[in-house]
Amino acid sequence: MNYRSPLARARGLGSAKQGTHEWWRQRVTSIALIPLIFWLAPVVVSLPHADYEQVVRWIATPWNSIFLLSFIILVFYHATLGLQVVMEDYIHTEWLKMLSILGMKLVFSFLALASLYATLRIVFMG
Amino acid sequence: MGLFSLPKNSTVKPGKVYSAPEGATNVRRFEIYRYDPESGENPRLDVFEVDLDRCGPMVLDAIIKVKNEIDSTLAFRRSCREGVCGSCAMNIDGHNTLACTMAIADCREVIRIYPLPHQPVIKDLVPDQTHFFAQYASIRPWIQTQTPPPADRERLQSKEERNRLTGYYECILCACCSTACPSYWWNSERYLGPAVLLQAYRWIVDSRDENTGERLDELEDPFKLYRCHTIMNCTHVCPKNLNPAKAIAEIKKLLIERQR
Repeated sequence: MNYRSPLARARGLGSAKQGTHEWWRQRVTSIALIPLIFWLAPVVVSLPHADYEQVVRWIATPWNSIFLLSFIILVFYHATLGLQVVMEDYIHTEWLKMLSILGMKLVFSFLALASLYATLRIVFMG
Repeated sequence: MGLFSLPKNSTVKPGKVYSAPEGATNVRRFEIYRYDPESGENPRLDVFEVDLDRCGPMVLDAIIKVKNEIDSTLAFRRSCREGVCGSCAMNIDGHNTLACTMAIADCREVIRIYPLPHQPVIKDLVPDQTHFFAQYASIRPWIQTQTPPPADRERLQSKEERNRLTGYYECILCACCSTACPSYWWNSERYLGPAVLLQAYRWIVDSRDENTGERLDELEDPFKLYRCHTIMNCTHVCPKNLNPAKAIAEIKKLLIERQR
């Protein structure tokens, strides 16, 4: 039996008084990614024709490595924010939702770290 | 998880067929959702053939005719029959709208009528809107002030200040928008939905209200406000041609503005 009033149910646990930052950052990162995608897409298309040396040399070029590092940070941050929203939308079991979001963030942080490490390794160690 | 298909006891079965009276020449087929919780049976889709020569021009006229002349057990809400009360909101031709302002001539050949989507059904076309109106109450939809009212007059408002309410004060809370919103379908327990957020914005922009900050505080929440993903179904279906999506965007802009 549940005697909670409809208003109590509607008000729930109240406002979290946050969420604006995440929403805003998702928008900002998406806009920042537009020029980076235009820069990266032609390169990715030409990758199958390039040999190992060419790719390494391309990554090690200063502007390329800076853009690539920016792209990695932005794309993983943006994807984390986006997937968190999707999970909050569709997963309604509280413990599963929390676990999925934490797991996703861990995996994405690891992937971002691995990508950053790989790029920096090429930049500094050739 | 999100509910993407109907549970077994909600699957709609074919229902009874009420043929047009003999001699009727201008017949239109209405398929209407029927559900009676006391029968223990699944919902069904009854077919009513209505003689349009003996019926008013609006979908509501046809439904009233069905109730008066064919099957008096059909349950639905209606009151003003001119689009200001919001009672007869229902899903007509797969589109949430008011039956009283929807002309039969503008509908498809076979007119399918369901209750507003993703709401508990009390009976036939009557959804349970308890939670929807509780959410409306939760945003305190009345003027809140610290300053006592002037002793000899109303609280004044300039024409420009009044104009800011245009496009928002006209909302009749029919719930067409909220029940058309996928985000509201999946998370209505916590997401306030377009109708209530539009109403919240109506008080946020009211120049006479002095609780703007507290109102924004109450809305700043990943679920109450930020479940809106600008899907725009709300604006698409609003029978009053309002733009709840814009109201929500304005709230988000204000939340950014007060941080910068």
